[in-house]
Amino acid sequence: MKKELRLVVNGQPYEFYVKPKTLLVEVLRDHLGLTGTKRGCNSGSCGACTVILNGMAVKSCSILALQADGGEVLTVEGLASGAELHPLQEAFLDHGAFQCGFCTAGMLMSAKSLLDENPEPTKEQIKEGIHGNICRCTGYNSIIRAVTAVVNGEYKEKK
Amino acid sequence: MSKYSVIGQRVHRVDGPDKVTGSAKYTFDMVLANMLYGKILRSPYPHAKILNIDTSKADKLIGVKAVVTAKDTPGRKQGIWRRFPELCDETILCGEKVRYIGDPVAAVAAIDEDTAEEALDLIEVEYEPLPAVFDPLEAIKEDAPQIHEGVELNMNVTRHIEWGDVDEAFKKCDHVREDKFKCSSQAHVCMETHDAVASFDHGGKLTMWTSTQSSYYIQRLLADILDLREGDIRVIKPPTGGGFGSKFELDSAQFCAAVLSMKLCQPVKIVLTREEEFTATKRRTPMYYYLRLGAKKDGTLLAKEVRVITEGGAYTAMGATALYLTGFFSSFPYKYPNYRYDGYRVYTNTAPTSAMRGFGAPQSTFTGESQLDMLAHDLGIDPIEIRRKNGMTPNYVVPGQATIQSCGLHECLDAIEEHIKRRGELPPNRGIGVAAYGFMSGGIFNWFDTPYAFSAALVRVNIDGKVDLFTGACDIGQGSDTTLSMICAEELGVHLDDIRIHASDTGICPADLGAWGSRETLMNGNAVKMAAADAKSQILQFAAAKMGANIVYDLDIKDQWVHLVDRPERGVSYFDMVKEAIRGRDGEVIIGRGHYTPHRKGMISPAYSFGVQAAEVEVDPETGRYKLTNVTTAHDSGTVINPVGIEGQLEGAIMMAGGYGFCEDQPMDEGNILNPSIADYKLIRSLDMPECEILEIETYEPEGPFGAKEAGEGLTNPTAGAIGNAIYNAVGVRVNDLPITPEKVFRALREKERQSKQP
Repeated sequence: MKKELRLVVNGQPYEFYVKPKTLLVEVLRDHLGLTGTKRGCNSGSCGACTVILNGMAVKSCSILALQADGGEVLTVEGLASGAELHPLQEAFLDHGAFQCGFCTAGMLMSAKSLLDENPEPTKEQIKEGIHGNICRCTGYNSIIRAVTAVVNGEYKEKK
Repeated sequence: MSKYSVIGQRVHRVDGPDKVTGSAKYTFDMVLANMLYGKILRSPYPHAKILNIDTSKADKLIGVKAVVTAKDTPGRKQGIWRRFPELCDETILCGEKVRYIGDPVAAVAAIDEDTAEEALDLIEVEYEPLPAVFDPLEAIKEDAPQIHEGVELNMNVTRHIEWGDVDEAFKKCDHVREDKFKCSSQAHVCMETHDAVASFDHGGKLTMWTSTQSSYYIQRLLADILDLREGDIRVIKPPTGGGFGSKFELDSAQFCAAVLSMKLCQPVKIVLTREEEFTATKRRTPMYYYLRLGAKKDGTLLAKEVRVITEGGAYTAMGATALYLTGFFSSFPYKYPNYRYDGYRVYTNTAPTSAMRGFGAPQSTFTGESQLDMLAHDLGIDPIEIRRKNGMTPNYVVPGQATIQSCGLHECLDAIEEHIKRRGELPPNRGIGVAAYGFMSGGIFNWFDTPYAFSAALVRVNIDGKVDLFTGACDIGQGSDTTLSMICAEELGVHLDDIRIHASDTGICPADLGAWGSRETLMNGNAVKMAAADAKSQILQFAAAKMGANIVYDLDIKDQWVHLVDRPERGVSYFDMVKEAIRGRDGEVIIGRGHYTPHRKGMISPAYSFGVQAAEVEVDPETGRYKLTNVTTAHDSGTVINPVGIEGQLEGAIMMAGGYGFCEDQPMDEGNILNPSIADYKLIRSLDMPECEILEIETYEPEGPFGAKEAGEGLTNPTAGAIGNAIYNAVGVRVNDLPITPEKVFRALREKERQSKQP
């Protein structure tokens, strides 16, 4: 009944045997222990489980793991390179773009996906980019300021 | 140069790196060896007798380890108003009767969540449905069903506040208004739902990790209800995904996880589903408001009369406090010479209502600020002017209730007036509305009956100069770990990264009442400051001897430099001094102790924040749709300790309070909440979020640490009223029941048109 699943997660290839109904978020959190990705609603409405699958931001609670078979997944744990934080992470720290932090992984992944697709979004496009992510603490504006600061080149990616 | 080296700086949160990298471990993320997963069976009826519960089929399901009902518990009633046994009315697991849809009746522990879920379906509960009542105005009728035995007319709590001679004063008024309002419910929608991991060991000790606003309350309440010693329970709060008032009472996840774990001596984890979170945790108290307001022609307010009936839901919870605070804050922030409040909290067969950010004050501010604008309009007085004429001032005494010390209300009014002038003439269908507010910096009340200081802290200075700060304060996202670390660093004269905070673990931290009532900055801040000062004075004793300074000189530490206050260049490195001091004490590290309990500060709070907010809306008169375009707030929270934190509190409050005014609601049908999902519960998302400007008004609060006051909840109070006033100023209609949805604005506009066409 279980099926084989191959995924590259944060650059590392893995093989799993999973039930067909297993969700992508369950593979990440429960099989790999990558608990940075959260679950806030299990219905694709809150965005806390957002990860990047094959370059696109997806809600990992709304995707069967087997649908992602052969794919590449990036989670919040894969954002920093070693001790070096990703520019978005630095900007979130500087701008206080999180409080309780439960939505933060999803926000970061939505923002990264947006910037990968469009490195120079307008403010309105940034708002649209995180529209699927609920933050109950910050009121979003500090998140928008943080992303804007990255867009403005205030956090050049250090190579 | 600022007189402070840490306070007022834009710093990174101390929990920041963990949170942006995903390495922060919430209760939700915890997995213990041998851990089981629990689920809770809940009542499908709003009111019913439990005739029988048969768990035999569930017990037999492979993978199920335990099924518990009320029979497996000591059966005690509990509540957070511990001083008042009649208000401790909740057993959590119901034995004889259920009182709302969602009341817990049984819990299961199994090897995984799916099995536990399956087991719930196998539990057979035989109910005898009883007549139910959902509206408090119905529930107080003679023939209404009785929800709690012996509680006549379902009257749960009543509160009366009065000063002056209200009836006489109304006779002297040139103008009197009477208005009615209805304030809706609101869900907290914490991103992390209620959850707990309970681990009871064979030695009789219970450890619980849980998402909570008060680890001490949970420890004490578990001890009460489970017949354990307080010291045999250790409650640890890992990083917590929001609280907003929903997480300081004992909840069903905590209680059921503990009962199951005690039965099995195995760790049990329970995470409430989002649907349970909406239907079976507590929520903001809906209120029916009647207001009578009287003034002289010149706008001087002479008298206010307030009558409130609140929908209590099935249990008392923190609703008794909300009932009191809505009555007290209905007088805010004005100097009413005559005032009377009567509040009635009524049991209903709905999900219990309780604390939510603002705690009764968003309701009183919406209603009061709406009515004040109406009165000002009747009298032809500018809304800012009428607030200025009657607004509280420093050192004002609310008769018999409270003493205000610092108060920047008038500076806030000036700043908002300037802002409105800058906006100039607005195009048609746009309007700005204002609302003024105030809030407490922690409550003085002790209905919990704690024998401990309200806040306490320990500071340990180690040989390398690193400082361990132990406090029971609970960072639920609002940032108390950062703010308290800043206070500690400032007082001790070290840098923020010299502090390592250990918070909200009852096993190692002093008791603290927790994060509610906007109390941590002032109350815990005072305790931390005292503990740091105590540690510092011990270091300075050694420094005085070592430096051989004339005893007329004062010593201090700043920026890691121990020095003579009048001759700062004469000093020694803090690190060297600490090493020597500890060596001089036979190797004993330096420990500073601090505590805080308010005394002689009235009945409500030791200090009050103030502010004025201006909301700007753009209304489409055809459809009633409107957009909240800008919210500008002048806020007095005393000395700003953590500016990044205050910005976050402000903008976050506008998201939540704007939602309360604009779209958040929990419609019900026969006790059933109709929108128990994030897809159906409308809240403000990024595209709807207005521009937010903050005009910080600094005052110095003598009772606060470094002059600081609250900035957590007060900011939730004004927005709904400001939106209502803005809509009136834009298109000339009023909606007196929250939320002010486009549909209600549309109806009001059509009604206005109809009336204007009548001859």
